[in-house]
Amino acid sequence: MTETVLFWIIAPLSLGTALSVVVLRNPVHAALMLVGNFFTIAVLYAVMEAQFLAVVQVIVYAGAIMVLFLFVIMLLGVERQLDFGERIRGQRAAAVFLGVVLLAALTVGVAGPYLGADSACPTTAEQQTEPAASPQACRGLAEANADGNVFGVGRLVFTDYVWPFEVTSVLLVIAALGAMVLGRRAEQDSDLVDVLRRERVPAGGVGDASYQAELQQSLEEDPR
Amino acid sequence: MDWIEFLLVVVRVLLAFVIWLLSTALLIWGERRLVAKMQVRHGPNRLGPFGVFQVLADGAKLFFKEDITPRGVDRAVYFAAPIVSAVVAFLTFAVIPFGGTFTFAGREMPLQVWDPEIGLLWFLAMSSIGVYGIALGGWASGSKYPLLGGIRSSAQLISYELSMGLSMAAVFIWNGTLQASEIVAAQSGTFWGAVPAWNILPMSPAFVLFHIAVVAEAQRPPFDLAEAEGELVGGFNTEYSGAKFAMFFLAEFMAVITMSAIIVTLFLGGPSGYSFGLEGNWLALLQFVYFVLKVLGFVFIFVWLRGSLPRLTYTRLMDLGWKVMLPIALVWVLLTGFVVTFQQVGTNQSFFTVVAVVAAATLTLMILAPFFRSREPAGDEGGGGGGTPVARPPAGGGGGRALVPATETSPVDVDGGRTTEREPETVGAPRSEL
Repeated sequence: MTETVLFWIIAPLSLGTALSVVVLRNPVHAALMLVGNFFTIAVLYAVMEAQFLAVVQVIVYAGAIMVLFLFVIMLLGVERQLDFGERIRGQRAAAVFLGVVLLAALTVGVAGPYLGADSACPTTAEQQTEPAASPQACRGLAEANADGNVFGVGRLVFTDYVWPFEVTSVLLVIAALGAMVLGRRAEQDSDLVDVLRRERVPAGGVGDASYQAELQQSLEEDPR
Repeated sequence: MDWIEFLLVVVRVLLAFVIWLLSTALLIWGERRLVAKMQVRHGPNRLGPFGVFQVLADGAKLFFKEDITPRGVDRAVYFAAPIVSAVVAFLTFAVIPFGGTFTFAGREMPLQVWDPEIGLLWFLAMSSIGVYGIALGGWASGSKYPLLGGIRSSAQLISYELSMGLSMAAVFIWNGTLQASEIVAAQSGTFWGAVPAWNILPMSPAFVLFHIAVVAEAQRPPFDLAEAEGELVGGFNTEYSGAKFAMFFLAEFMAVITMSAIIVTLFLGGPSGYSFGLEGNWLALLQFVYFVLKVLGFVFIFVWLRGSLPRLTYTRLMDLGWKVMLPIALVWVLLTGFVVTFQQVGTNQSFFTVVAVVAAATLTLMILAPFFRSREPAGDEGGGGGGTPVARPPAGGGGGRALVPATETSPVDVDGGRTTEREPETVGAPRSEL
């Protein structure tokens, strides 16, 4: 009962914040709406008694990732209006098409098994006496959370789902490495003035001629 | 839940709220008095006994002051930022057990607002949300200095959240739970019959790391770069005044108390202590007193730091967070996990033991190696006193012992190392010659 009521309060909020992420023009406002969206989803998790998931959602998404996003947006300065034109020809049509495909895939693949009447878990007394017709094994919350919510999540992540878990982490590391490689400006070590000064201070002190020459060269290349 | 139960919950919430608010008010006064004593001044001493009502006067002034909203602000965010700060500061202490369990009419009332299974992860979540208050306040003000303060603070908080979370993780692994009440329960009893079995002994590196990280998270001196008066006018809150400024102010001081309370809960056994043969409600009251005393000790350290340490430069702050604290925290979590697993598996599996020890030692050295290499030249060339304690190589197998001195001296050493490294830049002045 509480779950239903809360769902109908939270779900419109969630949808509204998600839409405003796309609609709002100010990037900081859009980012904040995304934070709000993360919160509504965390509340939905909490309502479904997935406490751990809820708090991790807040820590990881709202607390770490979106702060980094905001950090970058603030550093870049938002006075510059974003260019809303099409960068790639047919961008919008492709986006709409792919969005519809994704929605269909999610509906069929993830929500599909739970849509039919026979897949519903037996809740009434007479349903429970009948043999289970559904392909999905229905386990109650009590069983899933028998050893505690955190314990249950941990056990699943490190036994049944350890492979997807590890693959995801590798994927994230690759993405981070890729961003570093793409974002690096300097081609040579000597371009990095900081590196030069800190680690290659010569034996003859700063007055050393070769060091001075190197330093000058590095300063000419990168006048900062 | 009947009405008595409901009433007890309400009492609990109100009690926590009032205690935290009162102690924050007292802290504002107490900090000014203490810092004044440390700096051989008088401090507020006019209003009431020892000037304690100065807080009321200040509060009244702040709330009746003209609330100026500059023209360039982003209105919605500008108004929301202080509220986020204050609300988050209040919500954090919900999970902290601040006293024993009282019994009224056969019903138990623990002095803790909420004891969820996720426990202290709630604190992590709230402190990570607290970034928004400061970063957005800086951004929404629409002027340069607050923006710089906001950006600084978000970078700082992200950096130190890692060490903070990892040192908490070590405690979680050690005690095998996230729940605040169970962490406190796990610290009951004594070591060798005399020393209280608090986490501060077995988890001392985590304690040092956590304490440093917490000072940085609370944006207190020497880590208060977000509001560095000398460089940024007032930092993120420059454009705020009146009640909105008061909310930032309140959140900052409340953070000091909350962070101290978290340290006490994690490492000093929370409200536990010697019972003097007391039982029931008297014991609960005594435990509340213990908790207050322990928290006061750490609050004093916060004030002490403010009174004695100069503000770090930004590069040093980042170096300390990423290059010193994060590797040590990682190694410590690893070692803790290893020890806990070892205890559970038992000692009879000798092959497993050997493999695990070798693997742990290798991994420790691998992580520590670059850290040590970068220290050594600085110590040799500069001849400064900093390099010596860390230059000591870690003893192969017993990495845990070797870590203890490294942790305690590393912040000092960083300063020493950096100073010597910086010398060429300041003394040699290659730029001016060019």
